[in-house]
Amino acid sequence: MANFIQQVVSGLASGGIYGSLALALVLIHRSTGVLNFAQGELATLSAFICWSLIDHGWAFWPAFGATIVLSFLGGAAIQQTLIRPIQDGPVLGVVILTIGLLIAVNGLMTWIWGGAGKQFAGPFSTAPINVGGVAFSKQDIGVIVISLVSVLLIWLLFARTKLGLGLRAAAVNPAEARLTGVRVPMMLAVGWGLAAVLGAVAGVLAAPSLFLEPNMMQTVLLYAFAAAVLGGMDSPIGAVIGGLVLGVLLNLVGTYVHWVGGELRLAVALAVILGVLIVRPAGLFGHTAVRRV
Amino acid sequence: MRVKLIAFGLGVLALIVLPFPLSDFHTVQLATVGAYFIAILGLDVLTGNSGQISLGHGAFMAVGGYTTAILMSDHGVRDLWTIPIAALVAGAIGVLVGIPALRLSGFYLALATFGIAVVLPTILKKFDGLTGGSTGITLFGKPTQTGHGFQVTILGRHLTNNEWLYALTWTIGVVLFVVVWLLLDSRFGRSLRAVRDSELAAAASGVNRSTYKVAAFGVSAAFAGVGGSLLAINVAYVSPDTFPIQLSLYLLVGAVVGFYGSIWGAIIGALLIQFLPDLVHQVPHIDSKQAGPTTFFFGAVLIVLMLLLPFLLRLGALLTNRGYSRAQ
Repeated sequence: MANFIQQVVSGLASGGIYGSLALALVLIHRSTGVLNFAQGELATLSAFICWSLIDHGWAFWPAFGATIVLSFLGGAAIQQTLIRPIQDGPVLGVVILTIGLLIAVNGLMTWIWGGAGKQFAGPFSTAPINVGGVAFSKQDIGVIVISLVSVLLIWLLFARTKLGLGLRAAAVNPAEARLTGVRVPMMLAVGWGLAAVLGAVAGVLAAPSLFLEPNMMQTVLLYAFAAAVLGGMDSPIGAVIGGLVLGVLLNLVGTYVHWVGGELRLAVALAVILGVLIVRPAGLFGHTAVRRV
Repeated sequence: MRVKLIAFGLGVLALIVLPFPLSDFHTVQLATVGAYFIAILGLDVLTGNSGQISLGHGAFMAVGGYTTAILMSDHGVRDLWTIPIAALVAGAIGVLVGIPALRLSGFYLALATFGIAVVLPTILKKFDGLTGGSTGITLFGKPTQTGHGFQVTILGRHLTNNEWLYALTWTIGVVLFVVVWLLLDSRFGRSLRAVRDSELAAAASGVNRSTYKVAAFGVSAAFAGVGGSLLAINVAYVSPDTFPIQLSLYLLVGAVVGFYGSIWGAIIGALLIQFLPDLVHQVPHIDSKQAGPTTFFFGAVLIVLMLLLPFLLRLGALLTNRGYSRAQ
């Protein structure tokens, strides 16, 4: 039983990371209808920036704050310079462009920081705390709390502020939003910026438990996709719940289904993606898109 | 049409002449280009003509490559005869992927195929009894390898192993190019493009969209299977690292570089995949042992091409004085 609880707790911790990245994917998908394949690499880039600042003698929290600001500006800049020129074209074109971005950012990171894994000391201790036979670390708790807090902040932003109203309006109906005075291009840039911030949070949270290297988020990206699909591609709360459910599910399947073991966890994530897309494309919390023909 | 025939004739001539001035090493490099060429042709059929994206074509290449490797090392089949079997196995798996793909449109399909390419190496490692796990399967020196068990002679001249690989790959490459050319010019190709441009209009004109989309997946995967099989024969070795996720993404770059999915451009894409690393290392101040710069430029090429697409389409429409429907 202790082992079961143990697996659930550490599953929740990884699930928090999947959920944060999934939330970033959902934000961009909701506001622009695009799936950003580069989201994982951008998150890793943010983690590298944070690592470099710390390496230059910054304390963790200032470095984290600077990373958040830089990530927001970077995300908005990418939207303005690369995505905006072709966003009215076919969706597949934008998707292929984000794949180009994935490859380029990955290459850039290998170029600058090399491919070897780096130790990333996070703000929370990874030393295990033992409570009733269940071992977890402050890092695990920190990840879960921070991902829940970021969801809460995003929800407050969307539901309670004028900026959030503008973001939602630009996503639902750009033409009418423009007529009512919403600066739609600005909103799209802010959307990408916010997604980059969430990605940065996920990257910095993940870096202490994984080794920081250019491919760090590649598998996490697939888990995040699975989480987003499971929760529904247009539901922010679904993305986070999807992430937590997936984290726990993967851990339990990996522990109790010996045939799967540790190696086939990625395959389970793929099965979740395919299964949900085929059986219930809207996911658990999403809305079914109705298409007019 | 005449221009195309002349271009085709010149291309074949160039392929025949090329090995003579080139070194043995460059010859085998060009053989590898041929393997990519065939895989990109497959991607052109799928993405360029049926409008279904695949980020997982490296996985179909892996299926072909492993089919060849397992048949050669465990079942004593000569390398040459494993190629059609690799095509059949990859094609069958392509159909199996194509059926659920019917329900996935646009980027959901991109996502699913991306997932397949990411997951495949872990599956190859898991079933190590069949695939040799992370170590892979070495084919070099196996009695089933042409050049070891068999000697190839053309016009009284013994071919070196690399010349044989070149001749084999490009003979198949040219034949498959003609096959794709005829296929896309036929009722099949027109139906594919009709489905791509408007599923509704195609269905209303009596085109069975499901059949054509799944068939496109099957054909495309079979091509990738042949490419993977030839890659395995060329390098005489397969392992999960022979077919990483990057390969799938580079194939997409190759297809886009080739005039956004034109079968004529496939050769440019294939050359790029093979020679971009060499090209990048020519740039001063770039450490040639570093993988990063090459990867970066692959991505940069794709980004620039996608940004140029709207202008090129407009230019094309101006030059030919007609609407260009492929963008839609």
